[in-house]
Amino acid sequence: MSHISIIDDEVDIVVGALQPDLSSFMEEWKPIFSRFHLIIVKDPDLKEDLKIPDGFNMDLYTKSDIDRVMGSSSTAISFSGYSCRYFGYLMSRKKYVICFDDDCVPARDSNGCIIDAVSQHIANLATPATPFFFNTLYDPYREGTDFVRGYPFSLRNGVDCGLSCGLWLNLADYDAPTQVLKPDLRNVRYVDAVLTVPSRTMMPVSGINIGVNTELVGPAMLPAFQLVKEGKIRWETVEDIWSGMCVKVVCDHLRLGVKSGLPYVWRKERGDAIESLRKEWDGVKLMEDVVPFFQSVRLSKEAVTAEDCVAEIAASVKEKLGPVNPVFARAADTMVEWTKIWKRVRRPSKVQRQ
Amino acid sequence: MCNNNTGACSRYKFIYYLVFFPAELSDRFLVVSSSSISCIEQNLRAMAAISKSATPVLKDELDIVIPTIRNLDFLDMWRPFFEPYHLIIVQDGDPSKVIKVPDGFDYELYNRNDVNKILGPKASCISFKDSACRCFGFMVSKKKYIFTIDDDCFVAKDPSGKEINALEQHIKNLLTPSTPFFFNTLYDPYREGTDFVRGYPFSLREGVPTAVSHGLWLNVPDYDAPTQLVKPLERNNRFVDAVMTIPKGTLFPMCGMNLAFNRDLIGPAMYFGLMGDGQPIGRYDDMWAGWCTKVICDHLGLGVKTGLPYIWHSKASNPFVNLKKEYKGIYWQEELIPFFQSVALPKDCTTVQKCYLEISKQVKAKLGKVDDYFNKLADAMATWIEAWDELNPSKGTVALSNGIAK
Repeated sequence: MSHISIIDDEVDIVVGALQPDLSSFMEEWKPIFSRFHLIIVKDPDLKEDLKIPDGFNMDLYTKSDIDRVMGSSSTAISFSGYSCRYFGYLMSRKKYVICFDDDCVPARDSNGCIIDAVSQHIANLATPATPFFFNTLYDPYREGTDFVRGYPFSLRNGVDCGLSCGLWLNLADYDAPTQVLKPDLRNVRYVDAVLTVPSRTMMPVSGINIGVNTELVGPAMLPAFQLVKEGKIRWETVEDIWSGMCVKVVCDHLRLGVKSGLPYVWRKERGDAIESLRKEWDGVKLMEDVVPFFQSVRLSKEAVTAEDCVAEIAASVKEKLGPVNPVFARAADTMVEWTKIWKRVRRPSKVQRQ
Repeated sequence: MCNNNTGACSRYKFIYYLVFFPAELSDRFLVVSSSSISCIEQNLRAMAAISKSATPVLKDELDIVIPTIRNLDFLDMWRPFFEPYHLIIVQDGDPSKVIKVPDGFDYELYNRNDVNKILGPKASCISFKDSACRCFGFMVSKKKYIFTIDDDCFVAKDPSGKEINALEQHIKNLLTPSTPFFFNTLYDPYREGTDFVRGYPFSLREGVPTAVSHGLWLNVPDYDAPTQLVKPLERNNRFVDAVMTIPKGTLFPMCGMNLAFNRDLIGPAMYFGLMGDGQPIGRYDDMWAGWCTKVICDHLGLGVKTGLPYIWHSKASNPFVNLKKEYKGIYWQEELIPFFQSVALPKDCTTVQKCYLEISKQVKAKLGKVDDYFNKLADAMATWIEAWDELNPSKGTVALSNGIAK
């Protein structure tokens, strides 16, 4: 396999700061982050000042920046909690944006070596994806493997990859009921694979550890679906699940790929699942409506960019899901608003339908 | 299907009710009031404990089918894992050759004369001089599950050095549900040590019955001839510790080297086509069976898993010989893939046989013009179903019901 030359200038690392003291987080990631430009966005609800060590090439955005950039639209979109990272995507000018939750640190592989999660995301994004036919040896572009017998040759060029979804050792991304059911469950299984999630197959995209090609799918990474009682614990959010499904629909329509698997990060303990169990889980209930919708949404031939796709998805959400629950109608409006803001603040996405 | 993994099913049902209908909980699952969180915790943990049971051996429910033209020496290495099971050996090639089966195995052996005797004129659908003949073994078996393996496949070791009991893993795969409608990013959620991730809808967490378990290979990977020619020395050293369901609507290249399936659910679809002697193509037998099988599984709501277990594939076949066999297949598959991707089975195809015959009709109608071979293949597919039904009477393979007595 040809060596992938990563141009550091093409990469931004975005971190949403939900806790004030980022010192240990930044120190742990320093060997991996230090080459890159960082964008740190402070949760606008966080009152204390952030503590960030020196030695990084970074830009910090806080509530005042968000208000300034958003201007009159500042009430339309909430960047509270985990959604603050979307402001980071908005501010980035780079092709590849890699994003981690602030309770994750570098993991070690089965040989005990530190995993460079950023390089792995970039490798995933910079090599083709294969969404139209499943390769049983997983990502055929990885060193030491290839397409298997029976894989049609016409599909071996693959397509561009828009999204790279990583995984988590230690505390995996489970919802609250699962955490209560299995409080001692820790993910210790290192699965040494990257694979393309097939076209027309939906999946839950976790925002904890992802990489995005913003030129291809940027506008679809949107903070649209937020619960009324959304908390500061991952299993009380669904914004990333919604955004991920939008991205998957966009990728399927534009014939782009979504990869899942490596890299792993090490996710630390946070929050009390039992406490969450006492709250209502709107997110879990709403997923029953969300999933069938995304599985069946189809976009028109005229939708040739990510923005076009998002606009059509939003219209469809309003029409089909709006009547089911007002949170969906709000999500649709937010998606439309987001596209306007994206256009205003960033370049439009370059990619036409392949 | 809940009889396979009662613990998991009732656990998810419980959570489903907890989330959606908390008021009904005390009637259905809890003896005492559901208002106490610690009570809920205790019940949840008790249910989790139920599902941690040992894998059944299925000694009398599973046959191991092995096609061979050489010898069966490889069975000595598999002895600790295979000895409890009944073997069906399908001897390809010269029927006068005597193939010795190592001592201690319970087996039945069929050579070409036996195939001809048992099937009469229908024997024309069984390939000669190709491992595709293995499907004869599927047809004559009387068991619920089949595991098939090539005679150049040996026991592999996992990264800790422990020998892998491939058969046990296949059984685990077949006895736990599949999840074809929504991709779980932590792979098979029914494996110990993992679960469904956040965002996975609860209504889909019971899964569907698993029809096929497709295993992989360490050492010599299953590459086609062109790839073998370009990379003759590449060996698969990567142990990927995952099993996953291949999503609905997605095709894959099914390799017959290390494969297990539920014969009751999908048996008639496992026809390995016309290959080898007298045929224009070879090394596409398992591919053909896999595409038909996947289309039918998708239609009937059954699951196909791939990943673990690994076996150690020792023999790299001659790439020039392979190229000759595969040559037509390589460019025919460009027509075959769009064909299979667009096959639509009518609603009244409610059994595997009906689905399979419908596919054979469409093969004739749409692929006959690619090459006359496909007309012959379509006829052979119909012959196969006739032969299957004759040898397996009154045991309809209706996908989701099970009340038919043996």
